[in-house]
Amino acid sequence: MTDQTDAGAEPFQPAHFVFDSESEVEISRVLARYPAGKQASAVLPLLYLVQRQMGRQTGSAWVPRVAMDEIARRLGMAPIRVYEVATFYTMFQLRPVGRFHLQVCTTTPCWLRGSDEIVAACRRTAGVGGFGETSSDGLFTMTEVECLGACVNAPILQVNDDFYEDLDGPRTEALIAALKRGEVPPPGSTIGRQTSAPEGGPQTLVGLTPAAAIPPAE
Amino acid sequence: MLSDKDRIFTNLYGLHDWRLAGARARGDWDGTAALLARGRDALIEEVKASGLRGRGGAGFPTGMKWSFMPKQSDGRPHYLVVNADESEPGTCKDRDILRHDPHKLIEGCLIAGLAMGAHVAYIYVRGEFYNEAARLQAAVDEAYDAGLIGRNACGSGFEFDVYVHRGAGAYICGEETALLESLEGKKGMPRLKPPFPAAVGLYGCPTTVNNVESIAVVPTILRRGAAWFSELGRPKNAGTKIFCISGHVNKPCNVEEELGIPLRELIERYAGGVRGGWDNLLAVIPGGSSVPVLPREICDTVLMDFDSLREVRSGLGTAAVIVMDKSTDIVKAIARLSQFYKHESCGQCTPCREGTGWLMRVMYRLVEGRAEPEEIDVLEQVTRQIEGHTICALGDAAAWPVQGLIRHFRPVIEQRIAQAKARPMSMAAE
Repeated sequence: MTDQTDAGAEPFQPAHFVFDSESEVEISRVLARYPAGKQASAVLPLLYLVQRQMGRQTGSAWVPRVAMDEIARRLGMAPIRVYEVATFYTMFQLRPVGRFHLQVCTTTPCWLRGSDEIVAACRRTAGVGGFGETSSDGLFTMTEVECLGACVNAPILQVNDDFYEDLDGPRTEALIAALKRGEVPPPGSTIGRQTSAPEGGPQTLVGLTPAAAIPPAE
Repeated sequence: MLSDKDRIFTNLYGLHDWRLAGARARGDWDGTAALLARGRDALIEEVKASGLRGRGGAGFPTGMKWSFMPKQSDGRPHYLVVNADESEPGTCKDRDILRHDPHKLIEGCLIAGLAMGAHVAYIYVRGEFYNEAARLQAAVDEAYDAGLIGRNACGSGFEFDVYVHRGAGAYICGEETALLESLEGKKGMPRLKPPFPAAVGLYGCPTTVNNVESIAVVPTILRRGAAWFSELGRPKNAGTKIFCISGHVNKPCNVEEELGIPLRELIERYAGGVRGGWDNLLAVIPGGSSVPVLPREICDTVLMDFDSLREVRSGLGTAAVIVMDKSTDIVKAIARLSQFYKHESCGQCTPCREGTGWLMRVMYRLVEGRAEPEEIDVLEQVTRQIEGHTICALGDAAAWPVQGLIRHFRPVIEQRIAQAKARPMSMAAE
């Protein structure tokens, strides 16, 4: 936005946003999914593309106001329609965030498995005092999120796009230490579990070779 | 106990290849053209005969839902929309289908699409499942490349497109009309019904919204026959189901079992039992956060199916079993759910927008016992004023956990209040 009061209130808002060539390729793909005249359906995908591009270009994956205006222009929508969508959905960051967005699930299934420990470990090692805060080195932002949908691998910490599962305090600290060193540990279970199978290995589907899994003809 | 040969999701844990070659080796996409050739009415009849009830929570018969779609198009296209916005706390089954068995879902979309005259399916995947959506998209691309979907799907002459669409962090979009609003590029606010989606759905066109698991089981049901499926489970509660067992068990896991398996057997056989043994069990939420909690004495004997759980005034919901042992502060566990519903209320209806915040605030006071005993009844009354007075079921979902808590754990709340009152003033002020 060019409104000076807005710029004054949110000095971090950039004055321009232009989709780069990588985003443009994706935009053409996205628009092809929806019928003619229904391009407003692309508003969520385009907001994601903005956030991704900002991450690539600035190290902080967020959605500036000018980018929402650009989406409105591209999709033939009133800017307010884009703003109201961007503010309704929790996954769009409307101010800059750290390079690593620590999204801690604290909903009941994670809480039962010790999500308080995960929050405490993030506080201790990532340099964030509380939810919504960004560390002074700009590396980490910690957000409290609702159920991430991986409850049998609770507690979960989502870092950017990836789920780290079956965590406890010390493994969370180790994860954050690795991120600080510039390493990105493989996502998934941090105790070596096979996805959602019980710890120690599956009890079902064990004797099943792919061929044996074909149902008999009836 | 279900044997492996009767399990539908044979790659539930991702032990095998999720790609097309692996899926084919497990029997997916086998003779799909012949299934399609049975025609629309025969497909719907077979799904009806199987007794399949929707796996997303409400348990509505899937075949009947399909039959609500207009038989003839009035010129408007028909749409199939798959609800992969899996967000009900405790639930993580669709995630496994998306990442480990995506071809079952895509093949199911094609068959369901033909059965309802839809040439397009949108699969709406929750935003946080970034990697799962990417996996699904890769499988969709494979299916196009192999001619299984597209202009001439499986050589059947039927044209069918599948598109993956990601949500962006809003539980309410799991409600089917909110999902459609979201897919149209708006805030996810539920629509008034009627009109129902089968008449006026996506872009104003006839639409059916089905859960991932409901669609993904269809190809196997058709291959093995409705009779095979309906013999599994219990009468009116047919078939297999993916259960998600989380919380205070020794080995949390997902597992596919028959509907009607005893809750205790499910927990002890597959999830390594309750932490500290069955006697250490306090309570179970048997079907995702929205359904009322059950105390241990009911858990001893209850069966895991739609009707058995309804009889004990709870529900199967998404079959997400959240186990709590005796170390749990049950008031806090439910208060956290009230916080969840407050966060996820879309704000459209006053009873829900105002009521969920009110419930949360009272629940957190009860956690500390800062309340009068009479307020328990007031709390119960307010849940009744929310329940049934909103456009969608989120209001009900916020009310039920609190009702379940009061029904079964009222003495715990009363004791909490009494303890707080007994505390010396100096401590109470801290």
